[in-house]
Amino acid sequence: MTLLDKILQLLVAVAVFAAVLGVVLFVADRARGRRGALVQSLAFVAPAILLLLVGLIYPALRTAYQSVFDANSANFVGLANYARIFSQPDLLLVLRNTFLWVVLTPVLATAIGLVYAVLVDRTRFEALAKALIFLPMAISFVGASIIWKFVYEYRPNQQNIQQVGLVNQFLVWLGFEPVNLILQQPWNNLLLIVVMIWIEAGFAMTLLSAAIKAIPNDMIEAARLDGAGGFRLFFSITLPSIRPAVVVVVTAISIAVLKVFDIVRTMTGGQFGTSVVANEFYSQSFRLSDLGIGSSLAMILFLLVVPIVIYNVRQMRKVDAR
Amino acid sequence: MTVLDARDGIAPDLVAVATTRSSEARKRLTSPWASLAALVIAVLWTIPTFGLFLSSLRPERQVQRTGWWTFFANPHVTFENYGEVLFGGSQPLAGYFVNSILITLPSVVIPIVLATLAAYGFAWTTFPFRDTLFVAIFALQIVPLQVALLPLLEIFVGAGLNGTFWTVWMAHSTFALPLAIFLLHNSMRDIPAELVEAARVDGAGHVRIFTTIMLPLLKPAIAAYAVFQFLWVWNDLLVALVFAGGTSDVAPLTVRVAELAGTRNSDWHLLSAGAFVSILVPLVVFLSLQRYFVRGLLAGSVKG
Repeated sequence: MTLLDKILQLLVAVAVFAAVLGVVLFVADRARGRRGALVQSLAFVAPAILLLLVGLIYPALRTAYQSVFDANSANFVGLANYARIFSQPDLLLVLRNTFLWVVLTPVLATAIGLVYAVLVDRTRFEALAKALIFLPMAISFVGASIIWKFVYEYRPNQQNIQQVGLVNQFLVWLGFEPVNLILQQPWNNLLLIVVMIWIEAGFAMTLLSAAIKAIPNDMIEAARLDGAGGFRLFFSITLPSIRPAVVVVVTAISIAVLKVFDIVRTMTGGQFGTSVVANEFYSQSFRLSDLGIGSSLAMILFLLVVPIVIYNVRQMRKVDAR
Repeated sequence: MTVLDARDGIAPDLVAVATTRSSEARKRLTSPWASLAALVIAVLWTIPTFGLFLSSLRPERQVQRTGWWTFFANPHVTFENYGEVLFGGSQPLAGYFVNSILITLPSVVIPIVLATLAAYGFAWTTFPFRDTLFVAIFALQIVPLQVALLPLLEIFVGAGLNGTFWTVWMAHSTFALPLAIFLLHNSMRDIPAELVEAARVDGAGHVRIFTTIMLPLLKPAIAAYAVFQFLWVWNDLLVALVFAGGTSDVAPLTVRVAELAGTRNSDWHLLSAGAFVSILVPLVVFLSLQRYFVRGLLAGSVKG
């Protein structure tokens, strides 16, 4: 495709879209009489609802249906796909890794974000300090993965070969042998998790910092007058006051972590025992073309996310009501 | 009360503006240890990016043989790596850069327009099952997009659209709708009913009210969502891989850069430059629209 073709495709899309929009607004404007009101309402909501039906609701139902069929969606197999995911060793490893991710990332990212938010709160360099931690959120997961791959880079320990990765250079400086970090099972999972923590800590810091600033001044002053120091203040005033915000942050990060795919795929491709559910879903569905297992993994992801989202929304309302 | 209110309440200007409530009592943890701890975290968070960025500016031989920290002893700056990834080789990144732009623009505009329309319909018109439908759309936010990918690909292949931009545009637009409708609906409900009533008395129809009252008042909410959706689409790998991954005609930067990380995983002079080509645009957006960016991010924290 030449550049001209591409731009042409864009222009056609713009034209089609503008035409749809024109019709909608025209209908909404002209509809009169007994059914007029209904027609007007439908003109506003119908395009979105139509797109959701075709692009999200039907496909989701179809995935649920395919998850109880075999690899080619030909024969009904009941829950055999799910049974396989929970019994086959390499798929069990995927579940274990996902569990590691979901337990470690939200807790560590939130803890680091919270500590940092408290440390820089009301200091002279607060704005800059926050921007530094927040910056990784603007970087794509792919970009972040490459940044960290470089940190973990390994060169064999031979004469005249210098390390170019920071971690291994530190090992050499400290007198150790360099290690091919990304191959060290099961520890390599932690190296990948670090990338996600690096990204999400900024998110946690931003939300929690806002919550900290919302704590009433007199409360802190009173505690100060009673002689509370830094740590005391943190544990008996700050932390209890922002508890709901902490819960929101932890759950929001958990949801993001469950769906993490880009980091695993870019850093290891799911090799060396690092695959997670979202990555395995991609491999099974699009590389191995196993629609049954792929759909089942997608459904498992869905089932894991639902309770966290519900809890998150309920907590958010609590934060709200305050 | 709504979720958006909560996020709106805490969101504005978080990064840039430190509150100026100056009070001696509020100064805390200003001990040197606290400052040191903050500094350590800040350095840990910055060094990885800095190291790769510096490497992208060093000559190939040096990148391959020495660590980036030796740069300061032997400073050589070159833009050759950028020239090579952008325009050299059989699949230069410049083409993928164009694809990224072509994918992103409609994928931001289409869902926002459709969602604004729908949000108005749900907020200010009445029709049977309106509230039920709205709750259903709200609930759709829960669905991880993985659940829709396989059948959606089948639909696109069946329609002969595979390997065109249409698939990515439609996929991104659809996946964006539940959150966009929900957020814009909340902002629209916040507009005083008297304003709408007054316009109605003056004989304005829904279209007039929508275009002359709602759109101008919704600008901040739309901007916040637009920035979020822009970064989401630009940085996305999964949707692009599934629908546009097969061909360099439509694949965006993320797909190609991820591919480079797999196939040329020791060519760090190219990988570093490639990574920063893909990071540049979102970074500029981040720095210039920080305010909206934060609001959008907070609003969309559960998406996807």
